[in-house]
Amino acid sequence: MADQVLKTHNLCAHYGDFQALFDLDLSIAEGEVIAIIGANGAGKTTLMRSIAGLNSNNAEQIVYRDEPIGALRADQVATKGIALVPEGRQLFPSLSVEENLIIGGRVGRKGPWNLKALYQLFPILEERRNQPSTSLSGGQQQMVAIGRALMANPDLILFDEISLGLAPVIIKTIYDALPNIIDDGMSAVIVEQDISKALAVSARFYCLQEGRVALEGDSQTVEREAISRAYFGVH
Amino acid sequence: MDWINALIQGILLGGLYALFAAGLSLIFGVMRLVNIAHGDLIVLAAYLGLSVTIMLGIHPLLAMFAVVPMMAAIGYVLQRGILNKTLGDDLLPPLLVTFGLSVIIQNVLLEVYSADPQKLDAGTLEIASISVGDLSIGVLPLLTFGIAVAIIASLHWMFYHTSLGRSFRAVSDNQDIAQLMGLNRRHIFGLAMALALAVTAVAGVMLGVRTNFDPSIGGARLIFGFEAVIIGGLGNLWGTLVGGIILGVAQTLGAQINPGWQLLAGHITFLCIIAFKPRGFFPRVSG
Repeated sequence: MADQVLKTHNLCAHYGDFQALFDLDLSIAEGEVIAIIGANGAGKTTLMRSIAGLNSNNAEQIVYRDEPIGALRADQVATKGIALVPEGRQLFPSLSVEENLIIGGRVGRKGPWNLKALYQLFPILEERRNQPSTSLSGGQQQMVAIGRALMANPDLILFDEISLGLAPVIIKTIYDALPNIIDDGMSAVIVEQDISKALAVSARFYCLQEGRVALEGDSQTVEREAISRAYFGVH
Repeated sequence: MDWINALIQGILLGGLYALFAAGLSLIFGVMRLVNIAHGDLIVLAAYLGLSVTIMLGIHPLLAMFAVVPMMAAIGYVLQRGILNKTLGDDLLPPLLVTFGLSVIIQNVLLEVYSADPQKLDAGTLEIASISVGDLSIGVLPLLTFGIAVAIIASLHWMFYHTSLGRSFRAVSDNQDIAQLMGLNRRHIFGLAMALALAVTAVAGVMLGVRTNFDPSIGGARLIFGFEAVIIGGLGNLWGTLVGGIILGVAQTLGAQINPGWQLLAGHITFLCIIAFKPRGFFPRVSG
């Protein structure tokens, strides 16, 4: 297997007394796309927040290119080359569409993504560039959220529930664009409730259940039966 | 004619109040911090201006070039060292800490400079005036008003047309997501406080040139600043200028009726406005 971009070791996460993740071990290889699936409350978003640095952990629990980053702040993690497309899009309402994209690029990493490349990928955003980000439709906002993360030219991009609350036709547009995005050697983690979508775009998957890995494997060969069992925790 | 004169004096006085308020408005806008020590920081700036003018023997308006960076540095250190630790979901800790800070600043000023009233000596500038018809307009109030408009225009421009302004708005919108953009909110907050206290430095020096000051007058300046911010609408800098002017005009017109009514007229006007417009005249449209 190729070099690991990211590894977690016994990753735990707590919100007060509530423990959301238990000893999670997972890894992502260079250029690999993995899917994280699981029911509501399985810990998928917590995992994303932990990797991105929004939840603090012990340094050694998250290792990025041989460097322990578990204890870094989110802004430090961002400059290392990890970008998160957060659940629910979470654009900056006071910023225009273009300003949302520009601020995504402020970490100043070199790479293929800039305003021009993004407007080619999502032409509608160029038309709407000077509008407040909140005036866009849900699907267009999701394009801005993805674009904002890409502007950082990350080596690892985390997509948290990108199809949540969107119309099927929009979801298709976004998933059709994904291969172009991930094509150039970027590694990606896709968190998704829609299992077939998630398996279709990923090489491997992890199924979380109540903060633990219930099942992991190859996305193309896994049996649906096995996923159902892991997903709902029936034995 | 007396009334027109009072109106014009009130508008110009409003410039000074807008300077008091601009810093408050800025830090509330960026980090939702209500700074109870703001008035005392204005007075601190006036005293720093006093020390600089005496030590270097220069004009107070020149001293501003020293006081502004000093206050900005104090602002950054204060924010990174103390105030950042108080910020969170609970609004009470920053209120208590800045209240404590207010008491500390007053007492330090009392210890260092004594309770004697002081004044910054601006020489002939203080009595210079321009005649317009029968009216006589003081150069100093006019200058203060001009500075206030210039500062508010530059703050507004900075907020909406620069990278720093974009960072301020992003952090104000959503601190977590702003961190994901590589913005260290502690640093951004430090910069916001530095900028706010730089404006406060100008306010303090203009206050000291205009009137006597002693360590105890910060509280009243804080109230004027708050009133201007709230009349104008939270988070709107031009609104803050309008709020300052409304407050200034209310005070001078009140004083025109009866000299004892100056402050009362200002406060009553403020109360009437929030009774009918609880969000002020120009609240920022929230997303």
